Amino acid sequence: MRLIPRIVIGIYLVIAVIGPLFIDYDPVHTPLKDRLLSPGSHTSTGTAWLGTDGVGRDILAQIVYGARTSMLIGALTVLVSCVVGICVGVVAGYARGWVDAVLARVIDVLLAFPGILLVIVIAGAFDRGVLVVVVALAAAGWISFARVTRAVALSLRERAWVDAARVMGVPRREIIVRHVLPFAIGPVVAMATLEFALIVLAEAGLSFLGIGLPTTTVSWGQTIASGKQYLETAWWISTLPGIALSLLIISVGILGDQLTARYGRGRRI
Amino acid sequence: MARMILRRLATGVFVMWGAATLIFIIVRAAPGDPAAMLLGPDADRAQIEELTRTLGLDRPLILQYFSYLGDVARFDFGQSYRLGRPAMDAVLDRLPATIDLTLTATLIAVVLGLLLGVVAGGRPGGVVDRVVSAATIALQSFPTFWVGIMLILLFALTLRMLPSAGVGTLAHLVLPSVTLSLAFIAIVARVTRSSVAESMSEQYVQTARSKGLTEPQVLVGHVLRNSLIPVVTVVGLHVGQLMGGVVIVENVFAWPGLGSLVVDAVANRDYAVVQAVTLLIAAIVTVLNLVADLLYTRLDPRIRLESAS
Repeated sequence: MRLIPRIVIGIYLVIAVIGPLFIDYDPVHTPLKDRLLSPGSHTSTGTAWLGTDGVGRDILAQIVYGARTSMLIGALTVLVSCVVGICVGVVAGYARGWVDAVLARVIDVLLAFPGILLVIVIAGAFDRGVLVVVVALAAAGWISFARVTRAVALSLRERAWVDAARVMGVPRREIIVRHVLPFAIGPVVAMATLEFALIVLAEAGLSFLGIGLPTTTVSWGQTIASGKQYLETAWWISTLPGIALSLLIISVGILGDQLTARYGRGRRI
Repeated sequence: MARMILRRLATGVFVMWGAATLIFIIVRAAPGDPAAMLLGPDADRAQIEELTRTLGLDRPLILQYFSYLGDVARFDFGQSYRLGRPAMDAVLDRLPATIDLTLTATLIAVVLGLLLGVVAGGRPGGVVDRVVSAATIALQSFPTFWVGIMLILLFALTLRMLPSAGVGTLAHLVLPSVTLSLAFIAIVARVTRSSVAESMSEQYVQTARSKGLTEPQVLVGHVLRNSLIPVVTVVGLHVGQLMGGVVIVENVFAWPGLGSLVVDAVANRDYAVVQAVTLLIAAIVTVLNLVADLLYTRLDPRIRLESAS
């Protein structure tokens, strides 16, 4: 039972990486005579197992390509948030003093905005693109990493081995890298898993609102949005990508909870 | 107590200043001429030059920043080029609809969340507990916009019980507020569950049981009262998340509130409105967090004693 989330996530990974090699999809190609076909119908190019959308594009292909988009953006954003958050958090927690005070205030300010609102404003201000979406999502995403790392660094700086290293004259950078950061890995991995789920959700929401990725990039959010006007005649357009998205988020969420239970409050040391 | 309120108020003012500064930076960093963007795509060169002068956009950035802060302090966000009226007026017009939606969703979330949490926490590890905890994970994982669409598909289009979009009657409020409340129900249920489960082993619960009270009496009369404290905090702290949900839900159901206004404004680069909405939302979140904090200290005398010592 405990392995199910990992297996599901593994399947999504495989689909995201090699799925596009087996299925051709061109978001600009719109065979209008194939529009709004129900799942299992025959089209001019084969069988649409999961139906087609309002302009005749295959839903299965959109789910496969959308998986790639979601995973890619999720991974990139988590990476950026992680690096920024860890750097800021470890410096603030280890150095204390004014750096820490400034960080606390910055976080106060950012928390006054609902995450998605900040993302929408940043993403909307610039031209649509993958990079802008990643930066916008990371602008809200780094905070939790900074908080976790800060908490770990704060408790570790008082430990005997850190004191010992300090007394022996080990440079500060080396103390942080060799004696503090390794202990942050567990909690950070748990946090990264939960953040990945939130970021994939936020990207889908952003694309749903039409502010996220350009229309040439396939995204579950866009497919769900495009199906909204055909709900009465073609339920599958919005429903199926949503199921794909929900299943991924649930699996990642459960995995995140498992990891948090293991590493959450910092490893026992 | 007074000193604490003052200190928290000062933090609130600081947060608002930071929020205003952040918005200033984002708008200035965005590509394009702010005056041209404020006027919209139909403006001609003379208009743009005139507004550049009136807004002082030809002055050094630091002076612009200070005059902007002055305007923000007076709640003056300038004219919306699309709506042809002061941005703040347009925003305040939309505020009541959002308040209706969020209050209803909060009410649903608190009632259902408490109910689920008490039932699950009353017997930790039992069947109900496990079902509820699985349900809360699912509720938090479903994408809000997709759930909204699924509810429209089921209740509006298939069963034809409720309207799919718009405002007017109480029936219009049902689907949007339920959609908005789902993730919130899960949060309230989780917090209530853990706090109820913890209280079940306390001595006052044993006392209540040995007095011969029935299990429901113990749960409602003794356990629930103490479990309300963390719930108040969680409701206060999740106002921000709720406002984030509003942005999505209002767009799914064409609900004429702040959320649909801000997305519309962002998509059309109507920066006067974007600034007004984001700062208003930041203000609401800050104030409600403050209220939750104060309420928390009032409800639990132990915290007051701790902060006094």
